[in-house]
Amino acid sequence: MTNDKSVLLRINGLRKSFVAPDGTRQTIVDLPQFSLEASEQLALAGESGSGKTTFLNLIAGILKPDAGTIELDGVAVSALSESQRDRFRATRIGYIFQTFNLLQGYTCLENVLLGMSFGAGVDRERAEALLKRVGLGDRLHHRPRQLSSGQQQRVAVARALANRPKLVLADEPTGNLDHKNSREALALIRNACREDGAALLFVSHDREVLGQFEKVQDFAKINRATAEVTACT
Amino acid sequence: MHLMGIVIRSLRQHALSTAVTAASVALAGGLLLTVWVVKTQSQATFTGVNEGFDAVLGARGSKLQLVLNAIFHLETSPGNLSWDDFRQIQSNPSVELAVPLAVGDNYRGYRLVGTTPDFFDRTEYAPGRHFSLQPGGGWFDPGRREAVVGAFVARKMNLKVGDTFHPFHGLIFDEKNQHAETYVVVGVMKPSSTPADRVIWIPLAGIQRMSGHDPNAATDVSAVLVKLKAGNAIAGFQMDLMYNKQGNRLTFAWPIGRVMAELFDKIGWFDRVLTLVSYLVGLVAAGSILASIYNSMNERRRELAILRALGARRTTVFAAIVLEAATISAVGSLAGFGFYLVLMAVVAGIIQAQTGVVLDPFAFNPVMLWSPAAFIVLGALTGIVPAVKAYRTDVASNLAPHS
Repeated sequence: MTNDKSVLLRINGLRKSFVAPDGTRQTIVDLPQFSLEASEQLALAGESGSGKTTFLNLIAGILKPDAGTIELDGVAVSALSESQRDRFRATRIGYIFQTFNLLQGYTCLENVLLGMSFGAGVDRERAEALLKRVGLGDRLHHRPRQLSSGQQQRVAVARALANRPKLVLADEPTGNLDHKNSREALALIRNACREDGAALLFVSHDREVLGQFEKVQDFAKINRATAEVTACT
Repeated sequence: MHLMGIVIRSLRQHALSTAVTAASVALAGGLLLTVWVVKTQSQATFTGVNEGFDAVLGARGSKLQLVLNAIFHLETSPGNLSWDDFRQIQSNPSVELAVPLAVGDNYRGYRLVGTTPDFFDRTEYAPGRHFSLQPGGGWFDPGRREAVVGAFVARKMNLKVGDTFHPFHGLIFDEKNQHAETYVVVGVMKPSSTPADRVIWIPLAGIQRMSGHDPNAATDVSAVLVKLKAGNAIAGFQMDLMYNKQGNRLTFAWPIGRVMAELFDKIGWFDRVLTLVSYLVGLVAAGSILASIYNSMNERRRELAILRALGARRTTVFAAIVLEAATISAVGSLAGFGFYLVLMAVVAGIIQAQTGVVLDPFAFNPVMLWSPAAFIVLGALTGIVPAVKAYRTDVASNLAPHS
């Protein structure tokens, strides 16, 4: 059991469904309970199509749940308006994607500064320090296409940490990387979150990656909608 | 990073389509500015040019033809009037100054106009401004074959003091019609930005007695420029009545500005067509902004989703797209001013060559403010359509496929 005071993320009765092309409503996420402590690092295991990304998008406030509550850092995210959720996401959550999702028209530094601009505010010194910390001090003004996949993911890590988030959501961040880069990225993300005191919710279906975590939860076991989703996808 | 920073990076990323779209706005803006400035400035200038005179007296005919011939040195003369007619109006107590003009010859297409020294000595072509000569020259002696060359003609024909030339008969240059007389250039006028710049001035008798001209008309004149005495407001009406209503031999074109204004009224439809074309070009340019941004929305959906995932609000991406469209318009309008200057240089050159009237591309005209403003507003409005699409972009489905 977790101590209530240290709980960062608390989810109760979370449900999300979508209308399928055939007109039927399909439940993607049905999660009775879930919690994460502050600074905790948890890996969620699950196959493709199990609703993990939808789950992360619900936590991030990108999607609004059909039912249930999401409380993050004492704020009921699910009760916020869309623009409040946008602001909340910018200030409290860092998001790392499998496909990096860097803006190609921006330099590495600008990508990090952009993340800051919607959150705590632009802090060029911190942005440069973050990029140096992820080993890209000499690539500040490079465009994403001028970087390797591993380097691009490092920029994404720096961007995710730019606003000193309470929680970092990582959605298959090693999925597009080779073995070596995958290990390095994983270590980088975990260390960076540790150093910044951010909790980490790391989604992957890669057993080797999952094996690096002390705490691993099988999303299929906690998501009651998984069987239905899998059958539909 | 401010909204403008996002917009600038987006424009940079789509540099080619930005440049093409801005260029179409520049063409439209430049065209609109040119049409508007030429229209308003030429109307103001042509109705304001009178060489310092109030009226023109000439043979019976069109007032407009009379003014164009005597003031702008365009068109043919409607006919001659006798020396007695000139003396009569000159001695009218309401007339301050009457200057006779005689036309009928040219030098390689540039009109020779015969007149008396009064035209230079006693005329203010604009308040406080008299015709003057470039250093080293003098006005002609009415009894000699001497010429004073307008600044534009001197530049075009490379005429200078001491040069000689043979006039050609008629108002249209024909090499076969050369007169035997030789004229010597005794002065070159300083530019006055009036039709006088594109004329070669010679003594009145020079035209009247040129070889080959009808000796019976040796004392006739083509027109008389008339300046009425100041403060005699009804003199113009009286002379209008006397020459135009009661008489039937002569025409009194008064006031000169109103005669020209009637010309602009007559060709007002042409102005309206040009203006309409400019507006249409503007609309096409606005459409190109819409098409350019709207077509790029598909490839930008992910970009917008990333911005949203980073915390940008729907209204932020909406505003970014509208601002982007407005920025393209603003850049286009700025470039349009450059296009306008090029176009105006060409148009003003043609107008000066044809009429002597100089248009100033840098003279302020309210259109220089409202046209760019209108294009920016129009651009922003066209940006609303793609902005709505951006506003509606679904973040989750455009970031990555559901897992």
